[in-house]
Amino acid sequence: MEQKTSKLSIFTKGFIKENPILVLILGTCPTLAVSTQAFNGIGMGLCVTFVLLFSNIFISALKKIIPDKVRIPCYIVIIATFVTILQMLLQAYLPELNKSLGLYIPLIVVNCIILGRAEAFANKNSVVDSALDGLGMGLGYTCALTIMACIRELLGAGTIFGMTVTANVISPMSIFVLAPGGFFTFGCLIALVNKLTKGKVKDKQQNKCMGCPGAAVCSQAKEGGCE
Amino acid sequence: MKLLMIIMAAVLANNYVLVRFLGICPFLGVSKKLDSAVGMSVAVIFVMVLATIATWPIQHLLLDPNGIGYMQTTVFILVIAALVQLIEVVMKKYLPALHKSLGVYLPLITTNCAVLGVCVMNIDEGYSFLEAIVNSFGSGVGFLLAMFLFAGVRGRIEENDYPECFKGVASTLVAASILSVSFMGFSGMVDSIFGNL
Repeated sequence: MEQKTSKLSIFTKGFIKENPILVLILGTCPTLAVSTQAFNGIGMGLCVTFVLLFSNIFISALKKIIPDKVRIPCYIVIIATFVTILQMLLQAYLPELNKSLGLYIPLIVVNCIILGRAEAFANKNSVVDSALDGLGMGLGYTCALTIMACIRELLGAGTIFGMTVTANVISPMSIFVLAPGGFFTFGCLIALVNKLTKGKVKDKQQNKCMGCPGAAVCSQAKEGGCE
Repeated sequence: MKLLMIIMAAVLANNYVLVRFLGICPFLGVSKKLDSAVGMSVAVIFVMVLATIATWPIQHLLLDPNGIGYMQTTVFILVIAALVQLIEVVMKKYLPALHKSLGVYLPLITTNCAVLGVCVMNIDEGYSFLEAIVNSFGSGVGFLLAMFLFAGVRGRIEENDYPECFKGVASTLVAASILSVSFMGFSGMVDSIFGNL
């Protein structure tokens, strides 16, 4: 058994093998809501990366000080602090992005990816490893979100990053930028990833509860799921 | 009349799960069985209303007058987490029967984005205290409706034959997409009924 995983693999596993959106199915709410435009997708992805990176670093650094019993509230406070900082930075420097992401910025606090990584990785590993994990997961999230947003923007509005691509040739199917298109695109992307990575990704059964926002606080997660 | 409009909008036109994409995780996770879907939704309605009763005064009486509105996110999430814990303790002591049926879902609700979402949205929309409570209740009922409908749909999906790679979450999402189309039909309805008032 190899216990020590290389720094590189910690960083890269977030991209494909444990991609938070497409494989672990975490943080679905903002994924569906924000991925209407490629620009929003990148913006949201980078916001999550920022919070994930710093919360992982801090939680990892403080893991010896935080008592085990109250760790979840402590994590939430740390995460909420960084979300507030992010909110202020966006208001000051990128007011437009702040406006289009709106409600989903404060909701990063309850994004399962961040609490999930804190619980599953940062409270067991060193600061450097946690930072790499946070960065890798965050960028993996950004990539998946951007790809999904590009697909939806292309099909729904005929543009990518606001540049007209097919809008003049094929009339856009605006349902793709609306709610149903979000569910549909996401479903198809997950199916595609299932198809491509068949047998290679980690056994789904093992982390059935990973998709559940309460997995970190849920006592039943250890007993094999709530159903 | 405005209250009625808020409630209609929250349940149908702006359904939290299917139109605004909040609370997707429990929607996908707990909607396999009808009774657990209903249990979860009732717990969500309960917490949403109580969370609004707690957070609205905090924002308007405590944070805004002192100029610390930026603490909203941190304060709200802590209040919700504490509230859920409190409800669980109180329920365990005084309403053991209810605790037995809803207790499992309570810890899951702390990190449910729909609850935090509704609290933040009540502030953003500038609702009065009463309107805020009505909006939370309506949003909760909307959640219940979506969960209830979808639990029925999912039961059917499992029985069918579809490509291997669509097994699990993928097929669920595609089904949710179709259900969401039906909710789009409501979006014009609320405006046309109440628009001229």
